[in-house]
Amino acid sequence: MEAFITANIAIAEAAINVRLDVFAGYPITPVSDIMEYLALKLPQYGGRVIQVEDEIAAINLIIGASWAGAKAMTATSGPGFSLMAEGLGLAVMTETPIVIAYIMRAGPSTGIATMYGQADIMQTKWSSHGQYEIITLAPWSAQEAYDLTIKAFKLAEEYRVPVIVLGDAALAHIREKVRLRDEPTIIERKKPELDANEIKPFKADESLIPPMPCFGEGYRVFVESLCHDESGFYTTDPEVYEKLVKRLNDKIRVHSNKIFEAKTYSMQDAKQAILAYGSLARICYTIVRRLRAKGYKIGFIRPTTLWPISREKLLKLIGDVKSLIVVEGNYGQLVREIERLTDNTKVKFVYWLKPYLPTPQELYTHMMNLGINFEG
Amino acid sequence: MGKGRIKVDFEYVSEGHPLQTYLRWNRLPHKWCPGCGIGIVLSCYLRALKELNIDLNKVVTVSGIGCTGRLASYVNTDGAHVLHGRAIPFAMGVKIAKPHLKVVVISGDGDLLGIGLNHLIHAARRNVELTVIEVNNMVYAMTGGQLAPTTPRGVYTTTTPKGNVERPINIIKILGSIKIPYLARWCVTHPRLLINSIKKALRKEGFSFIEVISPCVEVFGRHIGIRDPVEFYLKLKEKIVIKNTSPENAELDWNGKIICGEFLDLELGKGYVSMITSDRRLKP
Repeated sequence: MEAFITANIAIAEAAINVRLDVFAGYPITPVSDIMEYLALKLPQYGGRVIQVEDEIAAINLIIGASWAGAKAMTATSGPGFSLMAEGLGLAVMTETPIVIAYIMRAGPSTGIATMYGQADIMQTKWSSHGQYEIITLAPWSAQEAYDLTIKAFKLAEEYRVPVIVLGDAALAHIREKVRLRDEPTIIERKKPELDANEIKPFKADESLIPPMPCFGEGYRVFVESLCHDESGFYTTDPEVYEKLVKRLNDKIRVHSNKIFEAKTYSMQDAKQAILAYGSLARICYTIVRRLRAKGYKIGFIRPTTLWPISREKLLKLIGDVKSLIVVEGNYGQLVREIERLTDNTKVKFVYWLKPYLPTPQELYTHMMNLGINFEG
Repeated sequence: MGKGRIKVDFEYVSEGHPLQTYLRWNRLPHKWCPGCGIGIVLSCYLRALKELNIDLNKVVTVSGIGCTGRLASYVNTDGAHVLHGRAIPFAMGVKIAKPHLKVVVISGDGDLLGIGLNHLIHAARRNVELTVIEVNNMVYAMTGGQLAPTTPRGVYTTTTPKGNVERPINIIKILGSIKIPYLARWCVTHPRLLINSIKKALRKEGFSFIEVISPCVEVFGRHIGIRDPVEFYLKLKEKIVIKNTSPENAELDWNGKIICGEFLDLELGKGYVSMITSDRRLKP
């Protein structure tokens, strides 16, 4: 079925497609319409939408729901996500699959609630304390918001990790044609064998991801926010701690080749490339196509996974371009990661700090002003 | 394991123990100090489950952070030890996802009335089908004796060296202003009454709340100059007045009387989760 909907509604439709069980949220611009839409539609598919007292309650509620076997999700923007930071850490530590639709707006603090920004790239990765890895996906269209939200639910269950679908205020309300799946996408949870004497909800095989038991099914599972052993109980044993934290990180790191994805355009003979993501990538893509039409040997790389980034895959995508121009709607975030992972002498950075999406001409002029040279 | 701790073969002790199947024996000995009242609360909770003959596979016990926060790990049900103050939202999520489960939150006064008070009031207001047991020892004990929202006025704590100037929270009066199906306060000095009360709370359809006054001899006792558990318990017994009165009369005065009893016992019909999981449209 095709629908003419915004990216926010596409995210909500994706949640319906995977048969989301529990959505908890707190109203915040520019993301409230996800909750409004789900409040109206999700109950028809057996799901529940709860407006809670704050974002802290929202994330803790969906973690509880996930342990009771539910597909669980919340949606928020910068200020709300800041409040969720501790809960994000709980989901990481207890290896709880949850999905967070995160629509960035102009910050810091309350910033400009209705306007555009891409400045929370680092926040999605580093907001909670302690060492951990999570997954962040960045769609650039309503269609991709739909597809990546479905993928987010799959990844969350597969890796037992919170997954963030990171949009922005410009993308959120872009209305375009989206092909919706006619059939629901069923995502099963891998559960351990039910043997009451030997349930180890945090004991992983070589995949590093333990199967996850649920409440109310006789497992008598204990979910522990403290450092825990494979049975799930608190310990201060340094060996156990090291093993746990290492695995929490490695279960994402060793699979980063599988998780990381990017789209490219005209990279075969490119001497230069622009790297961008999210809605700003749409503007960059237009610039690349126009330059190509004029005969410039320029390519385009658009990661749809921002965390984790696979160095191996990234280097392959970049190939032997002479310069890589990273364009972001902030003052330098993902570019640091790109510099770290690649030959940083090649990397040039273009910031875009105005709280709206530029036209291709405006961004092109801005690039010229920053001294970016495009070679024919 | 501290030095000099007596080694106990808990597997041996568990044989024939009245709570044999209710405790996670491999988690014992527990972490609580000598004279602490939380163990009595644990015992009363497990006995209430036993006397009601509730299927333990259908119970989820959730605790937050603090001394009482450790309680959930000793209970042989599904359980969770979550973030400081966030036991209630987590428990709500469980209840919404699986409404047939009995979900119980047991946590301390700092966790539920300090950092987590917002969630408590909203869960009560929504009449979520949860049983919340708040163990009040009037101090932040696990972190070493700092001021709690329940600390009586004038009492020395490590963060109020000149004595506490704040007025303590009386949660019964706050929750009394919201009509909830069940509201009570008890003290570990009267365990039989507490067991009966927990049984009643567990059978209620909507939100039920019990405050339990519990002695912290090790930390609070040091602050108020009572180092002997027996002396502390006797002192509490002197203060406790059992009176089933209205919530606004449920005084909690460290220098006077502590009113214990049932303050609300109402039938409010269907609770929040039952209503949101029903497809019927509400009339305004």
